Formats: sequence, C-alpha cells, structure tokens
Amino acid sequence: MAEGADILIKAAKGARKGPDDAAGMAADSGAGHIRAKTDWSAVREALRSGWWVGGLLPAAVIAIWQLAGSAGWVSAEFLPAPLSIAAAFTELAVHGGLAHHLGVSFGRAGIGFLIGAVLGLLLGTLTGLFRRAEYMLDPGVQVLRLVPHLAIAPLIILWFGFGEVSKIVIIMSGSFFPLYVNTFMGIRGVDNKLFEVARVLGFSPWQRLRRLVLPAALPGILLGLRLSMAVAWIGLVVAELIGSQSGVGFLINEAKQNSNTPVIFVGIIIFAVVGKLIDSLFRMIERKALHWRDSYQG
Amino acid sequence: MCRVAQGIPLFFVCGGKDHFGGGALMGEALLSITELNKSFGTAGGRVQALHEVDLEVEEGEFITVIGPSGCGKSTLLRIVAGLDTGYTGRVTLGGEPIGGPGIDKGFIFQEHRLFPWLTVEKNIASDLPLRKPEIRRKVDELIELVKLQGFEHSYPRELSGGMAQRVAIARALLRNPRILLLDEPFGALDAFTRTHMQSVLLDIWRRNKTTMIFVTHDIDEAVFLGTRVVILEPRPGRIRKIVPIDLPFPRKKTTSSFQELRLKVLNVFEKVDELELTDGAGI
Repeated sequence: MAEGADILIKAAKGARKGPDDAAGMAADSGAGHIRAKTDWSAVREALRSGWWVGGLLPAAVIAIWQLAGSAGWVSAEFLPAPLSIAAAFTELAVHGGLAHHLGVSFGRAGIGFLIGAVLGLLLGTLTGLFRRAEYMLDPGVQVLRLVPHLAIAPLIILWFGFGEVSKIVIIMSGSFFPLYVNTFMGIRGVDNKLFEVARVLGFSPWQRLRRLVLPAALPGILLGLRLSMAVAWIGLVVAELIGSQSGVGFLINEAKQNSNTPVIFVGIIIFAVVGKLIDSLFRMIERKALHWRDSYQG
Repeated sequence: MCRVAQGIPLFFVCGGKDHFGGGALMGEALLSITELNKSFGTAGGRVQALHEVDLEVEEGEFITVIGPSGCGKSTLLRIVAGLDTGYTGRVTLGGEPIGGPGIDKGFIFQEHRLFPWLTVEKNIASDLPLRKPEIRRKVDELIELVKLQGFEHSYPRELSGGMAQRVAIARALLRNPRILLLDEPFGALDAFTRTHMQSVLLDIWRRNKTTMIFVTHDIDEAVFLGTRVVILEPRPGRIRKIVPIDLPFPRKKTTSSFQELRLKVLNVFEKVDELELTDGAGI
C-alpha cells in the first residue's frame, strides 16, 4: 500500500517536472506531508474493501447455527452447536494431547509435501526446459495425474504397509502433480523475447536458468506450491483415516467410532483453520516474492 | 555499391580505445558486410529479405539505417548481432566472422526488454556481480550517464518508456560492446521523449565513442543522429543510397543545412516509394 502511494507521488512529481525528467526526483520537503495524507486514504480504502468483509457471512452462519442448536431444532448427535464444539476443543487441547496429534500430522504432511514438491519442481523444470524430456516424460505423468491419488492409496498400503512410509507416500504422490504442472507451465510461459536478451547478454545455460527461467517462472512455481500444499493436506486426512494411532485424522476416526460428533467437528475445523493459515503464509510469500509484478490487482 | 566508408567527419576519428584484438589489420573497417543475401521461407514462397548488401562501418561511426517497412533493416541488424543466421555473404566484426550473439555486439530492441523482477541497477548488471567494486563503480557511472540517478532501486513497471529504454542502453554499454546495434529503439516513444533520448544517445556516443548502427523509420531522426544515413529499399531489401551527413554536432533541426540534407534523404525516399507503387504492391 505505502509502496504504491510512493510510486504515485513519484509519478506526480515527475509530471510536474516534465515528462521524462530523471534528475531531481529525489524527495523534497513536501513529500512527508503528501505521504501522511495518502496513508489515511489507504486506511479508509482498506476499511471499505478490507479483509473483514469476508468474515461477515461465516459469522452470520455460526450465529444461526448456535441459535438452532440452543433452541433444540436440530439433534446434537447430528449437528452439535458451536459452543459444545468449542468445549470439546478445550477438552482435547487440555487433556487430549491435541498438540501432539497436530504435531504428528504436521510432520507427515510436511515430509510428504517436501519430497513431492522437490520431485515436482525438478521434473517440471526438466520437461519445461527440454522438449525431448517433455515428449518422453510428460504423457506418462499426465496419465498418472488423472488417476485420483486416493484411488491408489490401497495399493500403496499393500506395498508399504500401515506404517509411516505409506502415509508419506500417499501425501507425496498427491503434492507432486500441482507443482509439476505449474512449473512446466510457468517455464513455457516465459517471454521468448527475454531469451533473445539472454543470448545478446551472453548468458551461459546455467545463468539462463538461474537469471531468466526460474525468476520468470516463479509466479507459476509459487502457485504450484500453494496447490501442492492444499493437496498434501487432503492426502494427510486420507492417510490418517486409513489407519493410524495418532494425528488429527486419527482423532476424527476415533470420534466416529465413539459417536463423538463434536470431536469430529473439532478435527474438521482444525484441518480448515490450519490449512487456511498455511495457505495465507504461502500467499504472503507470493506477495513478497512477486511484488515486481505489474498485473491487475482487482 | 559504396563499399568505401565515406564522409566521416574528422572531429571524432578517435585514436583511443583500441578494441582490435588479433586478426584485424590497421585501416580495415570495424564492421564489414560483403555481398550479403538473406531470404526467408514463408507460406507464400521465398522472400528475399536482403539482396547484395555491401557496407563498411569504421570505428566510431554513427550509422543510421532507414527504409520503409519490409526493407530488411531489422534483419540486417539482427544478422550483425548474430541473432539471425542462414545468410550468404561475409559479415565480419574486427576482421572476425560473426559467430553468434555476444556481449561485443550490444543490442537495443524496440521494447526495453528489461527483466521485470530486477531493479534498475540489477537489470544493468544482470549476470555480473554488483558486489564487485569495479562493476559497482561502472554501473553507477552508467546510471549517471543515462541520467537515472534516484531510480537505482526502481522496478521496470515504475519507469516510463524512455527511462526503461535508457536502462537497456546502460545494460548494453556496461559490457563494453565494440558496436551498439539499435533496432528502432525510440519508435514507441512520444515526440518529446524521443527528442530527449536522441540527445542522451548522442551524448553517450560522444563520450564513449561507441560505434553505433541505428535503425529507424524516422527521417528526421536518421539525419539528426547519423554521420551517414543508409537508405534501404524493399523487395528485395538492398541499399539504395548512402548519404553522408557532414553537419557538426550539436545539430539543430531548424538550420537550413539540416533541412537541405533532410530533403536530400527524403527525395531518395520518394523514389523508393514510387518504385513500390510501380511494382503494384501498393494500392
């Protein structure tokens, strides 16, 4: 926001001093005053179209939900009210080892995601850079991509047993594809004209990769990372529901067997909230890494 | 056709900055183009883009190349840069045949083609490490030369067209090219910015004594900048005439001697136009 305001000020000053005058656009004494004003309008702008607008609808839904539960319109067995879910959450957090289960889930998702993402990035870069690698590898990968990775979960369990390995493999096999596809697309989307620049500047193949291809493909790669993360999170649930002694998925599964509906909700909400937090983290990284982009901001 | 360099004003014939490596004889032109032919295969058959082009460019010259669209002026420039191949004839730079693109042949495209994710100073440095003191010093000098002080840390999206193009010029100059090739670099700029950029470029040329080949479709620009104006005609693209511009710098577009030379170029141009009409290509 503040950066954008800075540019506006620069541009305004530039216009005052002539269309293409480079010299003398450094800050002058009036800049501080203008900036303070611009900050206020930025705050107003944030309030008008800000993040909290997105919270209105969920808040209303929760309020009605609680009302329906308290009034006894719906059975607590099927749909426990928000307050009883909150109570179950507190109970789990204090006595139920919620932190432990969450930690186990994080570890599985993290390792599976990491391996899948690294493989996706490497293979996507390879097929993106080399037409021959594309012809050789991409058709196979595309066929595998269209098999729902949960459909091969039984096979993975057959091969790797019920231990940690099969869980990580399930997560990995899911998170591989989004990053692979988006890395490939990102590289193929690099402006051909910049490759000519790389030739004129005498870049070596390594420099071309590091200085041109990867930075230019970064928007695609970061999007791929975000999508891979989301898929890893889904894979985690499946892996933990299939058979495990710990993790958030295990909590849900156990609660199902005990007909403890509030705990199922707690598990679901944890998956949703943590997933959203991780996604926000990735988006923040995206914004930081891609601030040079000059695209429509809505 | 006009193989000997002619009418180079004496005031900038420079003894300093000897780029010549091995192979080049004294007195030989920096760039030598002999019997250059280039044709493209298109859907409608083969098109002769360049036909029997001969041109010699001496060190320190400012050659402007002008011609109607389709006359092969960009192709000529891209062949010198090593970007286009598949031609017949001989093209040598400092006595050596053009191998491929490289930093000894700086190239400025019509669009600035900066890396959008790099700041101004990092764009200029590109693959060269800015932490090295001598690179840092040269980058700072060039930023001053192209008058971009205060914008070192700006991104390309924050720059005007003229500023971005100046960054591109600085990027090429940092690599000490033996020749700077400019392909309609100011074509997309407005008239005021263009005039400003022309004086910036002349300033660079006089300070650095970099040999320039400047492709344009603007007659005023060609006469204002060039020590020689090469006029191309289309279908097939070949040199129609080379007009030496013996005006001292700084030039003024309003002087009668400037207007006289401008008319001279324009006259050649109009004949080119007539030729096009009688060919039945127009209308």
